[in-house]
Amino acid sequence: MKRFRLSQQEIVFVVFALLFLVFSIFLNGFLTAENMLTLLQNVAVLGILGLAMAIVVIGRGIDISLIAALAVPPGLVLQMVQNGHSLPFSLMIAVLLTITFGLVNGWLIAYAEVPSLFATLATGLLLAGLGQATLFQLDVVQWSPGMNGFERLGQGTVLGIPTSIWMFAIACIVVAFLLRQTRWGAYIYAIGDNPYAARVTGIPSRPIIVLQYVITALIGCFAGLVLAASVNSMPTRIFNSTLIYDVILVVVLGGIGLSGGRGGVLNVIIGTLLIGTMLNGMTIMDISYAGQNLIKGVVLLLAVITDSFLNPRNEETAQQGDI
Amino acid sequence: MKHLGNQTKAIVAALALAALTGPALAQQGLDEPFQKPFKEALAGKTVAYVPVAMNFDLTEGWYAGLKKELEPFGVKFVIRDANWNTNAGAQAVTSLISEKPAVMVVHNPDVQTYAKLLQRAENEGIYVIQINMGSAYRSSAFVGANWVEIGERQTEAVVKACEGKSNKIAIVQGALSAAASAYTLKGVENVLAKHPEIKVASSQAADWDAAKAKAITQTVLKQNPDLCGIVGFWDGMDIGTAAAVKEAGLTGKVFLATSGGGEHKGACELVKSGAFDLNMSYDVPTQAAQMAGTIKWLLSSGAKPGSIKGSEYTTLIPITKENADSQTACWNLSDLKK
Repeated sequence: MKRFRLSQQEIVFVVFALLFLVFSIFLNGFLTAENMLTLLQNVAVLGILGLAMAIVVIGRGIDISLIAALAVPPGLVLQMVQNGHSLPFSLMIAVLLTITFGLVNGWLIAYAEVPSLFATLATGLLLAGLGQATLFQLDVVQWSPGMNGFERLGQGTVLGIPTSIWMFAIACIVVAFLLRQTRWGAYIYAIGDNPYAARVTGIPSRPIIVLQYVITALIGCFAGLVLAASVNSMPTRIFNSTLIYDVILVVVLGGIGLSGGRGGVLNVIIGTLLIGTMLNGMTIMDISYAGQNLIKGVVLLLAVITDSFLNPRNEETAQQGDI
Repeated sequence: MKHLGNQTKAIVAALALAALTGPALAQQGLDEPFQKPFKEALAGKTVAYVPVAMNFDLTEGWYAGLKKELEPFGVKFVIRDANWNTNAGAQAVTSLISEKPAVMVVHNPDVQTYAKLLQRAENEGIYVIQINMGSAYRSSAFVGANWVEIGERQTEAVVKACEGKSNKIAIVQGALSAAASAYTLKGVENVLAKHPEIKVASSQAADWDAAKAKAITQTVLKQNPDLCGIVGFWDGMDIGTAAAVKEAGLTGKVFLATSGGGEHKGACELVKSGAFDLNMSYDVPTQAAQMAGTIKWLLSSGAKPGSIKGSEYTTLIPITKENADSQTACWNLSDLKK
């Protein structure tokens, strides 16, 4: 009987495939190579963020401060270059800031044992507030001549494929390698699956958790640089947007359970594709903002309801860390 | 000799003094009777400022302008930053009502949320001045851009640029419930009603977000590479729209009209670079000066809050390649803050 049950990942894939099929048949201009590239390009940054979130969620944590890591260090790069510093120096400072931020997050969660949800909720506010109060002159940090050439990170094409898609692809490969090929990756799965058992078997849980948040922050910063290069500015108030929910949605929808220990890069890709297809199709159909929200809500609800019918909760799963 | 010399000097000095004071005494100055009550009406009064968020050209510009005009008269200027959060803004307005400042300067995130609160504030004896984005309640004064006119003039420019081309245009709206977005759309519709040949390929809300604006525009341009114009609703967001146009290699082919406060970096420089073809500026320093003038007038008039209601619409400055280089088209935030 168990063999006929679909996992959430498969359900989402089926929903994605159906949606894709319907759009391809009924929507003029959807199934063209150009539009496919636009679709991917539009969700590339969301996908990279999804990868970052996936790492901590697999390790049974969550990082609400991810959007602060996306907005503040890259914003600092643009601001410093605007103030006359060189690009390499500004990038170095931003990376140092990101690493420090990741260390603070990791220390709070691994050593001070603050639940990840609350720790990152607070640190995210702190970093965003720090940026707004002391680092930036304006919310939107403008591109300046010193940044010339750097916009290639998010604009233009390589071999006919937009650079931001390449960046997503590179991030996918790096994260897949980290999770599947390194001992560190195996430890994350072990900690996510059962933190107490992991510790008993001698896995250095605390340092691994710290590293996890550092890498997540660095990937977030990378996503921010791609975003800034793509829109030629850093809209730092993106921290106040609903982007973090979209990221969690990509991860959860793709089938990485919030209880940890399961899932991988493929889940993020599937989650991202579903969101991307929905957004692209609705933009082509010129559906109003309110209408788009309604449709997004219905599709997501359907996916979740189907999952709970096919994979009913039992006492064991219900006790794990569902948010 | 020396003694006589001194005497002569003293006489000359006495005569000179008489010559100076004599006419002055004859034309004794009148004490201007209006200054004192004016100064008394302003000194020690509190003006509270509630923008949708600080840290962007518009709200920083209004803040700097108001501060410059009001503080020399002993007005206390306080700020409650809603930081893009409508609830935080409503809370700030609510708590201000109990703190009873003399004047509240309010920047509404939408037409409904603050409407009842602003009415209550005026009933409590607080003058309410609304800036740029008004609410459904009409208070002592509205100072701001005429959004309908902005929408009309932007669309007229786009329609003109489309002559002899595909006549296909796109509209990138802001946040649907905001006055700025809803009224600009009305202006766009007014012009489109007169031009049935124009086809709207897409009309979507990007929520004042540059990244969203870019994503939407990219998709629309891929579907309609022959698009001839875009009406954008705010230059801060349309940086993204412009980036999409540039990436598609259509800069100069797709006419992009937008609007904003006219700050140098956000307006003139982007027009010069070709990112925007038209930026309708509502000239923030002038708006700030008009607001400050209104505040001075209201405080010194003694009129009961809520008993008079008026509007001051800003004269728009269309910024194009022709005037983007001039000294007067744009303003610098750093200069205004000095």
